[in-house]
Parts: sequence; C-alpha cells; structure tokens
Amino acid sequence: MTDIEPDDTVDARGAACPGPLMDLIGTIRSAESGDVIRLLSDNDQSLTDVPEWVEEAGNELLTVEERDDHNAFYVEKA
Amino acid sequence: MTEHVVIVGGGTGGTVLANDLADRLDSELDAGDVRVTLVNDDPDHVYKPVWLYVPFDKREPTDGRRRLGELVDDAVDLRIDRVTDIDTDGQRLRFRGATSPIEYDYLVLATGSTLEPDQIPGLAEGGHNYYSESGATDLREELLEFTEGELVLSVIGTPHMCPAAPLEFVFMADDWFRKRGLREDVDITYTYPIQRVHGNPHIAEWAQPIMEERDIQVETFFNAESVDPEAETITSMEGTELDYDLLVTIPPHGGVDLIEEAGLGDDGWVDVDKHTLEAEAAENVYALGDTADTGVPNAGSVAHYQAGVVGQRLASEIRGLPATATYDGKTLCFIETGMDAASFVEFDYETPPSPAPPSEKLHWSKLAYNESYWLTARGLL
Ligand SMILES: Cc1cc2nc3c(=O)[nH]c(=O)nc-3n(C[C@H](O)[C@H](O)[C@H](O)COP(=O)(O)OP(=O)(O)OC[C@H]3O[C@@H](n4cnc5c(N)ncnc54)[C@H](O)[C@@H]3O)c2cc1C
Repeated sequence: MTDIEPDDTVDARGAACPGPLMDLIGTIRSAESGDVIRLLSDNDQSLTDVPEWVEEAGNELLTVEERDDHNAFYVEKA
Repeated sequence: MTEHVVIVGGGTGGTVLANDLADRLDSELDAGDVRVTLVNDDPDHVYKPVWLYVPFDKREPTDGRRRLGELVDDAVDLRIDRVTDIDTDGQRLRFRGATSPIEYDYLVLATGSTLEPDQIPGLAEGGHNYYSESGATDLREELLEFTEGELVLSVIGTPHMCPAAPLEFVFMADDWFRKRGLREDVDITYTYPIQRVHGNPHIAEWAQPIMEERDIQVETFFNAESVDPEAETITSMEGTELDYDLLVTIPPHGGVDLIEEAGLGDDGWVDVDKHTLEAEAAENVYALGDTADTGVPNAGSVAHYQAGVVGQRLASEIRGLPATATYDGKTLCFIETGMDAASFVEFDYETPPSPAPPSEKLHWSKLAYNESYWLTARGLL
C-alpha cells in the first residue's frame, strides 16, 4: 500500500478500453502542475495504455498498486 | 389510474421509442390507461449523419430536418419545450417555458450529446467541424475553396458521436481531392488521442494500413491542448505542434447539464445498467442513445436498438409483467472509405467488429439507409 495522497481520483472501473485512459487524460487536462491523480481501472489494457501515455505526455507514473480486482495508477502532472 | 411515460429528447432514440410505444401500447393508449409525452426543445427532428456530406456539397442540411409532428404518432403528446430540472425523488420535471412541473411514472432520457468547443482555448475561433448544422455549412465554404495546403483533422477526446465519422471524413477528403487532381497539393493529417487511429483495436487495425496507402499522415497520442488561430497551429498535451491551413476537429462532447445536476451521472451521461438501460441512481428512469453510458459507440443505430429494448421493458412494466428484454451492445455502422465506396461493421458486447471489404454496393447501401431513415424514425423500419 502506498501512502501517496492523491489530489483527485478517477474511478474508471467497469469502463471498456479506451475509457479509463481517456478519463485520466480528461482529469489531467484540468489538473494543476504537480497534482497527483489516482486512476482506478479493472481493464488489463490500462497496464500498457496508461504507462505509455504518461511517458509520451511527460508526466510521471509514481506507482501502480495491484488490488484484488483492479489496479490503482498514481500519476503526477508535470 | 393513468400511467405517464415522459421521454425527454426527440432525436433518433426518443422518436423511435415514442412511435414504438404508440404501437406497442395501442390499446392502453386508446383506453386512457397510459399517456406518452415526448419533449423536444426544437420543433424539428434532426438526422445528423447528413452533415458528413454537407462539406463536400453532396447534401443540404435541410435533407436532415423534418417536423417532429410529422414523424410522431398522433397518440403521443408532443411538447416543444426544454426540460430544465429533473427531480427523481418527486418524479417531476420542470420546463423552461412553464411554471408548473409535470409528474411522470416512467422517465426516459434521450437527450443526446452537446458540443463543448470552449474546453480548448482557440478552438471555437480556429477550428471547423461537421458535427453541427452551422459547422457543416461553414466548413463547406472553406473546403470548396481549399486547393492546397495542410488539412488537419483532429479528434479531440472521446466519447464523441459516431466514432467512424472522423475516419470517413479523411477517407472522403482524400478521394475527393484525388478525383479533382488536387491531392498532391493537399496534405492530410489525422490525429487521435490514444496510441492507435481508433478506439476499437479491430477498426484501428483495419484503418491504419488504408491511411498509409493513401498517404494520410497520422499523429497518435495527440490530445489537443490549444489552438492558435493567428499562427494557425494546434498543440497537444503531449507537446506536439502541428501547422494547419484548414483545421477540422471533432470538438469535445458532453451530455446535458441537467443530468449531472439530477445526480444521474458525470459529464451529462447517465450511469445505467448496460443491459437493462435502467439508471443506476434513480427508480423508474431509463436512458438510451448517446446519453446512456454503456461504453458502446454514440451511434444512431445504437439509439434505435436501445429504443426497442426500452419500449419492450416499459410495456411489460406497465402491464405488471416482469421486464425481460435486454440490450446486447448491438451496433451497426457503414463506414465511407471514399466518395463512392464504403465498408460495414456489426458488433456487440461479445463479438468484436470485423470490417467488410469496401465496395460501391456498401456505399449505396449507406445512402439508401440515409434516405429510408425517415421510415425508421416513424417506427416503420
Ligand atoms: C456527422 C455525424 C455523422 C453521424 N453518422 C452516423 C452514422 O452514419 N450512423 C449512426 O448510427 N450514427 C451516426 N451519427 C451519430 C448519431 O447521429 C447520434 O448518435 C444519434 O443522433 C443519437 O441519438 P440520440 O437520440 O441519443 O440523440 P439525438 O439524436 O442527438 O437527440 C437528442 C435530442 O434531445 C434534445 N434535447 C436535449 N436536451 C434537451 C432538453 N433538456 N429538453 C428537451 N430536449 C432536449 C435535442 O435537441 C435533440 O433533439 C452521426 C453523428 C454525426 C454528428
């Protein structure tokens, strides 16, 4: 378990690809630089989609927490 | 006691449902046991797929408009007004034009999508679109005069109406410029927010090689951040800047505010059970078409199938029977691949799409569907 306190959480559990990534992008769009967004996704595709996009956009993936039935991605906006 | 069904939104989904109920509940309506009210904020019904053809001067916006009164069965009460407030506890709606609210026993939300260009600075001034009637006619003026330079088509965010339409536009533009001998003087660039050219991997896999073959440049992972209308550039969150001479975008979409205000879902989309189309946050409320957050494309065909499911479920409920009809994610799409060829896809929650080889026959099928749409809206097809 991480002790990172997110500024915002996007719960995209249940959404089909590319829903979770688009929800994350939408939230990062309106976030401040330095904000940490937590994305909850139970879509396996997010495990590749999210890191790829985060790198492309120059943000930072702080950690990915594996939970029972979903993953939690912590992304810091550059 | 009369059961009152209120449908908000007289677009594809709402109109098909109103006519479906008029047919299905014929005797109950006659006997006065049921009332169906359809509310729309425009006296006309608008068929949006026509707008794809307007910029190429192949159709007029009026081809996509008919009086709702002509399309809707007389047994349905048609009300031209805008709903401004939904109270799901009191099962009441308020209208812009009236002081007294009306009560419903069953509510169906079919309010569709709204364009939100203001989310991106500079977009309203610098970008064109064919996702609204006025956008399509303005773009026609630009496109008909465009003979050389950079044409950029940028998909800004998803979900948006008709996920096939951005592909169709670049395929049609490519062919149209080729046929006019101008293609060598026009560069076409297509941008998409994620790492492939379409949200659905199967459709992306099919479209990407066609784009390569046709020399349509692709920029993936491109989420527009701002447009500079003076400098004629569009910049992405990922740090890419593109020059354009003509910018066509699929603007960000949202649902209508009253849905979020009523606590039915975020961004104006109603959270629903994707099989029953019942709202998750309230009793006796359904949503269908673009506004229902099911994860399937925002397409007229989806609204049409979902209307049949909601019609059947409502009829069962009104008759005191268990509602058993469910939506299986069925989607149909014709995809124009040029000015005289098209492909076709059909898929559902379980079966992925597999695009048909493009043919002239499928193109004519799409045009024929567009003509016969008015029978669909009337509930005859
Ligand atoms: C360029 C383009 C091409 C397309 N091509 C295709 C295609 O080839 N095939 C396909 O299947 N789909 C296509 N679509 C998508 C299709 O048009 C939509 O998905 C479809 O119209 C959705 O139907 P709907 O009933 O959910 O919403 P709509 O048809 O948008 O209707 C919503 C209605 O609700 C009304 N309304 C909204 N809020 C209120 C309120 N508060 N009070 C009263 N009334 C209200 C609106 O005015 C509108 O009349 C295309 C769309 C575009 C833009």
